[in-house]
Amino acid sequence: MQIQETKAIQVTDLTVAYRETPVLWDIDLDVPPGVLLSIVGPNGAGKTTLIKAILGLVRPAAGNVLIYNKPYAVQRKIVGYVPQRGSVDWDFPTNVLDVVMMGRYGALGWVRRPGKQDRELAMHAIEKVGMEKYTTRQISQLSGGQQQRVFIARALVQDATIYLMDEPFQGVDATTERAIIALLQELRENGKTVVVVHHDLQTVTDYFDWVMLLNIRRIASGPVEDTFTADNLRETYGGRIAFIKNK
Amino acid sequence: MLDFFFLTRFDYTLMVVSIGAALLGAISGALGTYAVLRRQSLLGDTISHAALPGIAIAFMLTGSKTPLILVLGAAIAGWIATLFVVGIVRLTRIKYDSALGIVLSTFFGFGLVLLSWIQHQGNANQAGLDTFIFGQAATLLQRDVLTIGILGGLALLITSILWKELKLLVFDEGFAASIGLPTRLLDIVLTSLLVIAIVIGLQAVGAVLMSAMLVAPAVAARQWTNRLNLMVILAGCFGAFSGVVGTFISSSATAIPTGPTIILCVTFMVVFSMALAPNRGLLWNSIKQSRNRHSLKLATSSLVKSTSVNNRIEENDNRKY
Repeated sequence: MQIQETKAIQVTDLTVAYRETPVLWDIDLDVPPGVLLSIVGPNGAGKTTLIKAILGLVRPAAGNVLIYNKPYAVQRKIVGYVPQRGSVDWDFPTNVLDVVMMGRYGALGWVRRPGKQDRELAMHAIEKVGMEKYTTRQISQLSGGQQQRVFIARALVQDATIYLMDEPFQGVDATTERAIIALLQELRENGKTVVVVHHDLQTVTDYFDWVMLLNIRRIASGPVEDTFTADNLRETYGGRIAFIKNK
Repeated sequence: MLDFFFLTRFDYTLMVVSIGAALLGAISGALGTYAVLRRQSLLGDTISHAALPGIAIAFMLTGSKTPLILVLGAAIAGWIATLFVVGIVRLTRIKYDSALGIVLSTFFGFGLVLLSWIQHQGNANQAGLDTFIFGQAATLLQRDVLTIGILGGLALLITSILWKELKLLVFDEGFAASIGLPTRLLDIVLTSLLVIAIVIGLQAVGAVLMSAMLVAPAVAARQWTNRLNLMVILAGCFGAFSGVVGTFISSSATAIPTGPTIILCVTFMVVFSMALAPNRGLLWNSIKQSRNRHSLKLATSSLVKSTSVNNRIEENDNRKY
């Protein structure tokens, strides 16, 4: 048997369909450990669905996903997840600390309530994202960028090896975006693997070292310098990419 | 002597009835919080209406009005209605709200047909079944209160045991699933708790208005707190309070059905909370707004002053050179 490098995430022949319409078609993706990867593609390309399929939140019609060679169900404790900010009701009666503490629920298991240690871990993560002034603030009274940082802090508390983030820059101002990307780069320096659904093509080369171009099918994936080419982009976005300069 | 006997007898009945009303108000208020936060208020309405044929069929099958049997029938019918709604949404192009409407009216109509059929059967035991439509708290007996207490207590116990799991499910279902919580099972648990909260209130409040008993206390409670645990407790208190007050008012006069009276009480609490609660209340907001406008005016006027002063200094400077 050929010796294979262990992949952090390995997606093989993944197809997902809602009713009859395929949302993802025959996707293969290998993510080596320790990279900062962005998933890029037009609206409706299936970026969120791919994240959800990796997390087992949508049932694929075919194909499978491995996290360090094992199914997600047994590896979920090493995976942290940042859902889209718009996927929850921010008027829910809770505060920043409480939401971040939810990142500990997986480690706590059934019924057990979070204790002092969990609170300390949560506080530490809140400091990491610079939200320590807002721990007791009701979450509806946060700006979009602050809400996003709360979600990232919740994922940090999971103390995962792999992070999957669905549009963490959505509705975030430039300063916060740079702070978040610095945090993600720090995670990568510490050997974590970070996968980010991203919209802004202009910043891909600055922020990420790996990229996957997706439009229902996988167009290309690999290191940014080889993969993020004008040809691949044109294939991903069709003709609509004329305004992007040829690098 | 006879007077005294009469008084204690009256008090005893009223005590049982008001304990029952307080219990069901507390339980439906507390559990209704989850329905409101999940935006399932209308599902509650559908379940309560759909419970009616369940009660009728349970009576037809057993010929008994034992509370547990009727409640069981109501619960089963409520659950079947929920499954119908889910099934219609999944298998057809009919939207969720339409599915709720269809199931609600079909089940409720069927229940009314069954009830009037039972009434024409000449079974003397059937008397009082029609209280399930508009509710009559005065018909609550000790055994009814006991049933409410045990079932409701059980529901509240489950809520507190699964506190953090249910909280996460309601706030962020995707994240809950990603950490391995069986969200579908928890969804079933939460819907079952909702069904329990509804069916135990049917006799006193009635199928038509029971859903307000779920929604109104939670809506009022949300105005006063930003914490889930306080919201659940407050909603329970509001529900209990309106249950008792409504029961007293309706017992003090003949021919006032309890359901509508309780609902009017709880509606009053909603209006009160909407208007006066700090932070979220209308009054508070308008005060805050006018204060903001005032301070903004001050700030801009001082800004205008300072810029005009600056301009003058600049002009002076320019003149010098």
